[in-house]
Parts: sequence; structure tokens; C-alpha cells
Amino acid sequence: MSVPAGVNGAGPPTGAKPHPSGDNRFKILEATMKKHQHQPDALIEVLHTAQELFGYLENDLLLHIAHSLKLPLSRVYGVATFYHFFSLKPKGKHTCVICMGTACYVKGAANLLAAIEQETGIHSGETTPDGAISLLTARCLGACGIAPANVYDGSVAGNQSTDDVLNRVKEWRNNDNIATK
Amino acid sequence: MITSPLNEVVEKETAAAKPKCLRCCVAAGCLSSGSLAVKQSLQASVTEAGLQDEVHVKGVGCMGLCSQGPLVQADPDKVLYTGVTAESAPTIVSALQGAKVDLPTTDLNHPFFTLQRPIVLENSGRIDPERIEEYLVANGYQALYAAVRDMTPKDVVDAITSSGLRGRGGAGYPTGLKWALVAKTPSHQKYIVCNADEGDPGAFMDRSVLESDPHRVLEGMALAGYAVGATQGFIYVRGEYPLAISRLQTAIKQARRLGVLGSQIFESGFDFKIDLRIGAGAFVCGEETALMASIEGKRGIPRVRPPYPAESGLWGQPTLINNVETFANVAPIIRNGPDWFSSIGTGKSKGTKVFALAGKITNTGLIEVPMGTPLSTIVEVMGGGTPDGSAIKAVQTGGPSGGCIPAHKLDTPVDYESLASIGSIMGSGGMIVMDADNNMVDVARYFMEFCMEESCGKCIPCRAGTVQIHRILTKIHEGKAGQEDIETLEQLCEMVKSASLCGLGQSAPNPVLSTLRYFREDYTALLPKASEVTV
Amino acid sequence: MAVKTLTIDGTLVTAQAESTVFDAAHEAGIFIPSLCRLEGVTTTGSCRLCLVEIEGSNRLMPSCILKVDEGMQVRTDTPRLREYRKMIVELLFAERNHTCAVCVANHNCELQDLAKSVGIDHVRYEYTFPKAEVDITHERFGVDHNRCVLCTRCVRVCDEVEGAHTWDISGRGTNSRVITDMNQPWGDAQSCTSCGKCVQACPTGALFKQGSTVAEMQKDRTQLEFIVTAREKKQWIG
Repeated sequence: MSVPAGVNGAGPPTGAKPHPSGDNRFKILEATMKKHQHQPDALIEVLHTAQELFGYLENDLLLHIAHSLKLPLSRVYGVATFYHFFSLKPKGKHTCVICMGTACYVKGAANLLAAIEQETGIHSGETTPDGAISLLTARCLGACGIAPANVYDGSVAGNQSTDDVLNRVKEWRNNDNIATK
Repeated sequence: MITSPLNEVVEKETAAAKPKCLRCCVAAGCLSSGSLAVKQSLQASVTEAGLQDEVHVKGVGCMGLCSQGPLVQADPDKVLYTGVTAESAPTIVSALQGAKVDLPTTDLNHPFFTLQRPIVLENSGRIDPERIEEYLVANGYQALYAAVRDMTPKDVVDAITSSGLRGRGGAGYPTGLKWALVAKTPSHQKYIVCNADEGDPGAFMDRSVLESDPHRVLEGMALAGYAVGATQGFIYVRGEYPLAISRLQTAIKQARRLGVLGSQIFESGFDFKIDLRIGAGAFVCGEETALMASIEGKRGIPRVRPPYPAESGLWGQPTLINNVETFANVAPIIRNGPDWFSSIGTGKSKGTKVFALAGKITNTGLIEVPMGTPLSTIVEVMGGGTPDGSAIKAVQTGGPSGGCIPAHKLDTPVDYESLASIGSIMGSGGMIVMDADNNMVDVARYFMEFCMEESCGKCIPCRAGTVQIHRILTKIHEGKAGQEDIETLEQLCEMVKSASLCGLGQSAPNPVLSTLRYFREDYTALLPKASEVTV
Repeated sequence: MAVKTLTIDGTLVTAQAESTVFDAAHEAGIFIPSLCRLEGVTTTGSCRLCLVEIEGSNRLMPSCILKVDEGMQVRTDTPRLREYRKMIVELLFAERNHTCAVCVANHNCELQDLAKSVGIDHVRYEYTFPKAEVDITHERFGVDHNRCVLCTRCVRVCDEVEGAHTWDISGRGTNSRVITDMNQPWGDAQSCTSCGKCVQACPTGALFKQGSTVAEMQKDRTQLEFIVTAREKKQWIG
């Protein structure tokens, strides 16, 4: 058994890539793994926590998790890429999620997506080159009563029009003082 | 009323009740329209008016009419205010004091409300989902108390069987049969799993139940655990539902604190624990074997059944999987008796069904109706038809696994068999209304794109078949297809339906097949005209 | 040992109680096609080529998983099944870039054999021409994703027989890919023992020995059976 990190100031289990010992996020991650007794079953829970802490799942982070849970590397990579929720690339400063659920779709969500794609020059799943905005689509937010719905930086907004979406992007850009391309 | 050790809590809660109450919806729909600010403003106005001892401002779950949120209901005046803002909130408080006010309200005598029969949603919009005390006042955990004290596990299974309850997740498998199978499979460890991976786009029934009345689901699961001999439960909930997740976490904590979950529940020998597992965005995990793989920390890949989870499920142990709405029906059945439940609904489909109305419909929101209610009653009378008064073209039920029902079939009653006979399914309860603006080829292509992207990739028919079906639909939609493409499309659909490994692939062709059946003219209209084709 | 008697394509067949329909049929000399099944590793029932019809049920069942049952009536070669098999193989050809004429496994390929046996002369579906890579960073072997059918034999043999679990699948649906370790070049995958079992297990030319040219790659699947039998039963057949 490896010594769990965060206990007596010990580092992460052996085999993991060394990390800045001051990084508290690894301690929180270690606590999550400890809560699950480093069971391989906890992989998805651990990936959730890791993404919450680090924003995305970097290769070294996946390696660290694989070693800590004693799992094959390819299995961890396979799980991380199976689920939509996990991102292996850093997200932009702002995220816009366009809901493409049926209720939103029949009420014109495709137009919203087209408008923001044109405005930002990126497709769903991509981030603008300046790292300002990530564009995502959702399967269904379950907010069908206020369709079409989008999520801007984590908060849901209902009954959206193309103007609403474009205004939000403009607002972000103005606030961040990032010149439009 | 059953006496239980929880009566003390109930008495205390009842004694503290105030004569007037303002119920403010804090479920996801109204929250995103700003209901939290409304609630704060209501509270501030009440305090300012010095009415703290008289008026109770509370956050409640979904009141159904999501399209007109934020909603606030005033009791005992029975007024439902719609589109409330933080600015208009003080006016509601003055109305409570008798002032004549002019605020938008909705007619509670509208069929949208009067034709409902709330069982699953009985507490929805009435109790504060974050307080177990309110659930207890609403007879909560009494079914569990009665079961572990006065019923044998077999009694509980028998009650569920004779109630006629069927799975609310789609296929409608008799719940009692499933329970009996798990109960009789010998094992030292069994599991209860609540499938809260509500993946159908356009469906939000389960989200609403979890956000509005989470304890009802916990109680149903605990009853199931007692009935089949399981001590551990898991709720597999979509990661897209953060509010539902946090309310479940709160509810589990409260239930443990009061001892309705944990060891020796109600001083019986029954132990039951519930843990949450958060989904990570994969529609296929709604399929039970994929869901179990995901709980085990693996890729959500389905496996061939049999063996069914009832025999070999989580970690190879007997596992009972039901969805949120199924578990939500359990406590009322035990509390009111199976006969009460089976008196509602039709011959083969008992009880009620919750539907999420969305799309081109005036009253978007959540309703619960007795099984057997005609579709037309739901979408036209209760839902109020399309917002612009134009004709309904189709109603889509069952999401990507379901079908599009044409207007002339809207007299069909909603029950498992009737919906299946017209090429759709009950599904989990999403109901999307479409009008003439919605081209059915586009709708079919939308669902096929969904299935293509959500296919896990394990079996060839689903992985590669959905890609080809999507290509042909795109070709048709772009006006580049010929009659022979429609034939290839139909053959492929039949093969994918029959040869795919799991329910996702087996039902993926349904939206195409049902639109071909009822809206073939939408397809043929997109083929090059006969005059343009050299014969 | 308990035996069961069943009918397969009108022939009365006796099989051991725990036997699968697939094995019972093959023992009786009745051929059922398959692509994902491999002796010695777990079955997944994923290629759907071995689906059979069972009297009294309208569900098609994968014969590689379905256990024999007394009085069971199985049909393995109906017009419907033949048509479905043909469609499935055509779908595979349209899914990646399979060009037999330049493939190391030409004439030694299970996909090619299947295509012949189900009678494919053309593919009815649009080729998708995905961008797929070739990785020859490993010192002895190579992987050509153009030829992969995602049967997961390599994944299973590496995990279950060799125990290294170098291979797995990344992504999902049509974007699934076989990967080594962290989706890194095979040559950099530290868990790989270079045992070559995956190469022998692969039904097509997707995994190959370097240095083999067109039609030279001979696969020896008896090697796997030999190892599995030796490990499990302590019997060295051969």
C-alpha cells in the first residue's frame, strides 16, 4: 500500500509525477481517492474531482490518477475520453453551452449555434485561439420549459434569441477588453 | 395515522406553521429565470412589513407551469402569480394583507391543473425540498415505517406486484416481477440502483422530482431494499443536473441524521445506505448494463443480456434497477395500498404518468395524468395547443427511442400498449409538440445525429449503421437523394433495430421509421421531382 | 456430464450443458460467421455476425454467448440473417479505409474471408474515408487504424492473457480508436511487453509485424489457444 498524500505531509503515491508540493489541489484530490479507499471503481468520481480542481484533465494528471488507483493507463485514458463531461484540453475563460435538446432544437437552437459559431469562428467543442471563449453543446439541460436555453459561465438563461447570444459574447469581450478579431 | 418516532418532529413542525405562506418555486426552470432573487425580495418585504410570525416564505419545487416562471403561490388565498420579479415581489406581500393589486396570475381552474392527478408530484411545489421535516409532515417515511415494522419483505413485493406498477423508464416492465426476481436470487450482497440518468433530450420529469421531492425517491429505494434484501443503494444521476445532485446530497444527510437511512432503521434489523454516483455525460448510460459499468468506474458500454441485472448486476451481484419515477410511486402504494393504485389508470397500465410538455405548446411544463388520458387532452386541452394557434403537426414521445405521432392519432390514450401500437413508446415521458414549421426529415435526422454521437461504438450495427442512416437522411434533406435511398434507409433501419446489442441501437431507428410511416410526404417532397428525372 | 439436445438448421445436435450455441454448431460442422469472438478470451457479442434465430422468440441472439438449451430450435442461415450479415460487413468496409490489394493481410484476413462468404461484390453505402493513422513506432509491430474493425480482440488478449492491459479503446461511437497506454505512440507505451499476442489476435491487417509486405502477414491464432490452455489447464497442446 502506498502512503496516501495529505497524511503526515507525505507525497502522492509512488509512481506519480512529482508535483509542486505546495499545490493544495493534489491534497484535495488525494482526499477524494482516500475516501474511496483508492478503489478502481472510483475512477469516474476521481476524474470529476480532478476536473473540478484543475479545470481539465491534463495527461500528467491522468497518469497520477492511474498510478494512485493502480489502473492501466489505457483504461484511464479510455474512460476519460468516453464521457462528454471530461475535457482533456483547457477550457476558455468563458464558456457558452448551447442546449441542443429536442425542445430547444424545435425552437431554433441550431440558429443560435450557427450565430455564435459565425461570431467566434469556432465550432462546438472548440476554444477561441485567444483562450477567451469555449463553445459547447449540451444534450439537454432539462430546462425545456424555457427553451431555447443556454448556459453562460455556469448559469442557465432561458428563452434565448440570437441577439441574446451575440450580446453575451460582446459583453464578455468588452469586459475582458479583448478586441474583436 | 401511523405512530412513529418521527411524530415528535412532525408535531413540532405543525405547531410552528404560520397562517399564511408564500411558496416560491426554486426548481431549475424558475431558478434560471431569477426566482432566488424573488424569494429574497419576498422575505425582505415580509420582514419589513413585520409579518414574520404570520407569513412563511419558502422555496418549493416545481409547480408545473415552467414557461411562466418564476412562480409564486400565495396561501391560503390560492393565487398563483406568474412571471414574478424581485421588483413585483413586495406587491405580492401587500396583496396578502388585503390590498388590491394588479399582477399577472394564472387560472388555477384551468384544465392544466384540474385534470392532473398528482401522485409522484403530490409534494412538488408544496414542500421545501431541502427540509426533511416538511416531507415528514406530508406523511413522509411512514410507508417505510409501516413496512419495516409491520410487513414482511414478501408483503412489500406482493403489494408492488398487485398494484400493477410498471417501470416508468421506458419499456414498462412489471416492477413487482423485477422485485420478486431480485428477492428470490440468493446472495449475501444485493444492490438497489436508481436510474436518474434522464438522458432523453426534451425530458425533465426526473430532474423535477429530484429537485422538488428528493426524499420520496430515497424512501422508495429504501422500501425496495427492504423488499429484496439489499443494504446498499446507488443513485446514478446526470452530471448536467447540479441542483438535483445538491438536493439529493442534502436529503441523504438529513435522512441519515434522523435514522431513516443507516443502520437498524426504526429499530428494526434493516440497514440501508444510499450513495450518489454522478454521470459524466453519456446517454447510453441510461441502459442498465452500461449504467452499472459506469458505476463500476468503467466506460459505459452495455453488455449482452441475459444474465439480467436481477441475477448478475453490480459487481456480479443481484441488482434491482428502477428509474426515479418508478421509485417515486413506491411509498404512496405502500401507504395507500395496492388497490388504491390499481384503481387509477387503464387495464394494463396502472397509476399515473408524469409528462414534460415542451416544444410548440402554450403551457410548457410538467404534468401528471392518469394512464389512459388521450394525447389530445394533454396537448390541446391541458397544454393549450400551439402558442400561435396553428395546427399541431406531430407529438414526439419517447425521445430518440420513440416516434412521432401524427395529429390524426392524437385520440390515442397514453398507455404502454397503445403508444407501442402506433410506433412510438411511452419512454420516460418527454412530449414535444411540433407544428408545420418542423420538417419531419429534419426531426428524424436530428434524432439520428443524437444516436450516432451517443452510440458507444461496441456493436457494428449501431456504431456504423447510425452513421449511414444519418448520411442518407442528410442526403434526402439536401434534396440529393433518390427513391432508392429511401429503400436503403428502410433496410438499414430494420437491420439496426433487430441486430443492435442494446436498447440504444435497437430503438435508434424508431424516429425514422415512425416519420416514414406517418409523414412520408415530407420525405418524398424532398426527392427530385419526377419531371426532373429522366425515365 | 449433462448434455442437451437441440436442433440447429434442422440437424439434431447434442452438446454439453454449458456449451454455447456457437460452439455446438461448430462441433456439428455448422459454420456461423464471427469477427469479435476469439478462443481463449471473453466473448463480447459485439460484432453481431453470429446472430441466430431462435424458435419462439423474435429477438436475434448472439450465438457466441447464448447457451444451449434442451429442445431449442436454432436457425443460423435464414435469408434475413444472410442479409443482415452482408449489411454489417458492408458497413465495416464503409467505416474505415480497407484496401485489400495493398494490405499485408491480403488472403489472410478474416474480414476479407467474411466478405467472400457473405457474398459481397460491392458496398451499398457511402465510404466515409476517415482520416486514420499508421503507427510504426514500435520496434517490431505496427498498427494501421485504417484497417481496424474495433473487435477489441487486442484489448482482451492483452488484458486477459498477457495481463499488460496496454490496449484499450478511446473515444466512443464511430470515433472509437484502439490506443496504447495514454494514447501515445506504441513504441513509447511502457506497459507493452512486445509479446505480439495482439498481432496474432487481430482479424485484419490492422496490427502487423513490421517488415511484412503485401499479403505476407500470416496470423497464427493457434499460438493463443496454446498459451491459454497451458495457463488454465496446465496442458501443452500442439
